[in-house]
Amino acid sequence: MATEKMTGAQALWAALVREGVTDVFGYPGGAILPAYDAMLGYPIHHVLVRHEQGATHMADGYARASGRVGVAIATSGPGATNMVTGIATAMLDSVPIVCITGQVGSKLIGSDAFQETDITGITLPITKHNYLVTRAEDVAPAVREAFAIAKSGRPGPVLVDITKDAQTSMCEVDWDKTEPQLHETMDDELPGDGTAEQAVALINGAERPLILAGHGVMLSGAEREIVQLAEKAHVPIAMTLLGLGGVPAHHPLNLGMMGMHGEAWVNTAIQEADLLIALGMRFDDRVTGNLRTYALNAKKIHVDIDRAELNKNVRVDVAIAKDLRGAVAEWLPKLVANPRQAWLSRINELKGDSAVRDIQNLPDSGHLYAAHVINDLWRITEGNAIVVTDVGQHQMWEAQYYKHDSPRSLVTSGGLGTMGFALPAAIGAKMACPDKEVWVVVGDGGFQMTMCELATAMQEGLDIIICIINNGYLGMVRQWQEFFYEKRYAATPITGPDFVKLADAFGAQGKAVDQRKDVESAVASARRHHGVSLIDFRVEQEDSVYPMVPAGADLHKMIRRPSPHPIVETAAD
Amino acid sequence: MTHTFAVYVDNQPGVLNRVASLFRRRAFNIESLTVGHTHEPGMSRMTIVVDTDDYGARRLEANLYKLVPVRRVENLSSRAQISRDLALIKVVAGGDTRAQVMQLVDVYRARVVDVSPDSLVIEATGTEDKIDSLLEVLRPYGVVEMVRTGLVAMARGAGAAEKTAPRASRVAADAQDNLGNYSV
Repeated sequence: MATEKMTGAQALWAALVREGVTDVFGYPGGAILPAYDAMLGYPIHHVLVRHEQGATHMADGYARASGRVGVAIATSGPGATNMVTGIATAMLDSVPIVCITGQVGSKLIGSDAFQETDITGITLPITKHNYLVTRAEDVAPAVREAFAIAKSGRPGPVLVDITKDAQTSMCEVDWDKTEPQLHETMDDELPGDGTAEQAVALINGAERPLILAGHGVMLSGAEREIVQLAEKAHVPIAMTLLGLGGVPAHHPLNLGMMGMHGEAWVNTAIQEADLLIALGMRFDDRVTGNLRTYALNAKKIHVDIDRAELNKNVRVDVAIAKDLRGAVAEWLPKLVANPRQAWLSRINELKGDSAVRDIQNLPDSGHLYAAHVINDLWRITEGNAIVVTDVGQHQMWEAQYYKHDSPRSLVTSGGLGTMGFALPAAIGAKMACPDKEVWVVVGDGGFQMTMCELATAMQEGLDIIICIINNGYLGMVRQWQEFFYEKRYAATPITGPDFVKLADAFGAQGKAVDQRKDVESAVASARRHHGVSLIDFRVEQEDSVYPMVPAGADLHKMIRRPSPHPIVETAAD
Repeated sequence: MTHTFAVYVDNQPGVLNRVASLFRRRAFNIESLTVGHTHEPGMSRMTIVVDTDDYGARRLEANLYKLVPVRRVENLSSRAQISRDLALIKVVAGGDTRAQVMQLVDVYRARVVDVSPDSLVIEATGTEDKIDSLLEVLRPYGVVEMVRTGLVAMARGAGAAEKTAPRASRVAADAQDNLGNYSV
């Protein structure tokens, strides 16, 4: 193929188009201006954000909802540094995004020029890789390699910093030569790696096995294989927060979420298991509790595509560094069917007392509880919405009471726990999946961090429904203060604007709800509305999320909801 | 225990920063790090000495491989290897003591590379222990300054080192050294 002559800025867009990019999220500025000027000549839709953090979260939400690489773009200096939180969020949750930043002219680098910042230095530990591009001819290869790196192996963010002169200079691009040349850097197997035979032998020999399914199930596309594994060998499944949706919540072997705010029976089952099969999860401290007492009776199999995760927090008996889907598929033919009656009935027994108390049968006490709101939301949307949550109590209630049956239907910041994530991530999710119903579930604190992006959603004319769980506190921190700091509520009471008027000011529809009986009609009206809709749910102020494993405590020693109390730990469904 | 890694990296700007940043971020302590060209153009080789257990070494190797410019990592500790350190030591040696210092230089098979009326500069190559020992015997004469390259290492034998990784001992109690990993 003949070479094409173009500017570095044109090479950027041409490379993005070649990667299949149709939407980017960005904010222009001096050092990225040549790129923006060239943008108009390419079939890419640009979403103007209101803050660059929003751009990265939108790219992130776009990627999580669709599996495609999200793209964010910003100028040098403050534009680039504003992206840092979003990049770290994507890094911790293995989300493929590519961030493009402008940089001052290459001759000015190191001179503290206006809006100069060392963004490749700053983002070095929070990207899979990053590039400082100073020549036009390097733009296309860097961008294409960035996509390859973002998508490959364990996905993650990649940043490409392009100097202004690299954008304006001419270059010749030979697309065949820009093909990414990523060398294989890790052998398939190392001495000490576990084998499929070892894993199968442990599974077939186990009496009380349990699958721990994480985000990797979806990233690897192993949803079907996990269910086959569970069904064939009769192994129940516990989910991590980011794993939710990877296995249908209604699958009879799916026990629900594990960890700090997981189901009590799941955490107890982990402690009683004789084999943990950890698939695409990383034994985060939020799911293990005290490592010294974690699953002491269990042998452990760990499969992760990232070898550095193996034997990191928990020592395992069989460590397999492979793509999950292929690894599990290898086991399937060798599994021996085993009904494991005793183990499954033991789990039902553990579930027992919680399962009979159904949240839907509770009397309406006149107070509005977040758990009710979320549960109603799940019922009314029939579990079919993409729910994008922020971070805190509402996030945990959502995970407990909204039952996700399909992959990528929950978008949430797990590893970094980034408040302010929900609204911009939902904008990205809606852009990626315009035919899906997208709900934002957010606290009154987190919403106020990035509510400027309401304007972005309005400008794009998106149908998004925002459900604010408004308790007038930074609720999760308040809960910690209640449990561990003798109720000294330092800096957790928070006021907010009149969210209904705020919605109105942005041109969105707003409603406030403080009675359970009004939930259904408010949700219905929001779903009918074309455009952005906001519901301010004014919920019980000092409600807490139960059960709770205090940070660093033994996994089976959960704080349970004091009884009697108007609502219970979890929804039976 | 200490582990010595040979790390082959693309010779491009910022690689040292990426490697050093990884060690810092993952809370590994670098005891020594040297870097220089290899016989292959465009490829540099680092020799990195780290104090960690076998699990740590495995994880470190895996993390190094996640850096895009890292081409190959060899853990030399589990194999027969040659390691060398080079030191330049400036020591006070005028008049009576000069002959004594020269004698020590001979004993250690070191060389005198600079002579001035009151001092000598000694070049010594060898294992870290040998250099440490030479330094100790020279100290009484008055060491003015010293510089060391840090360790460089290579596997013995004809071939390039194969991939090696310590086989992990699978004991639950080993998890203790990883306690306290929770954060707020």
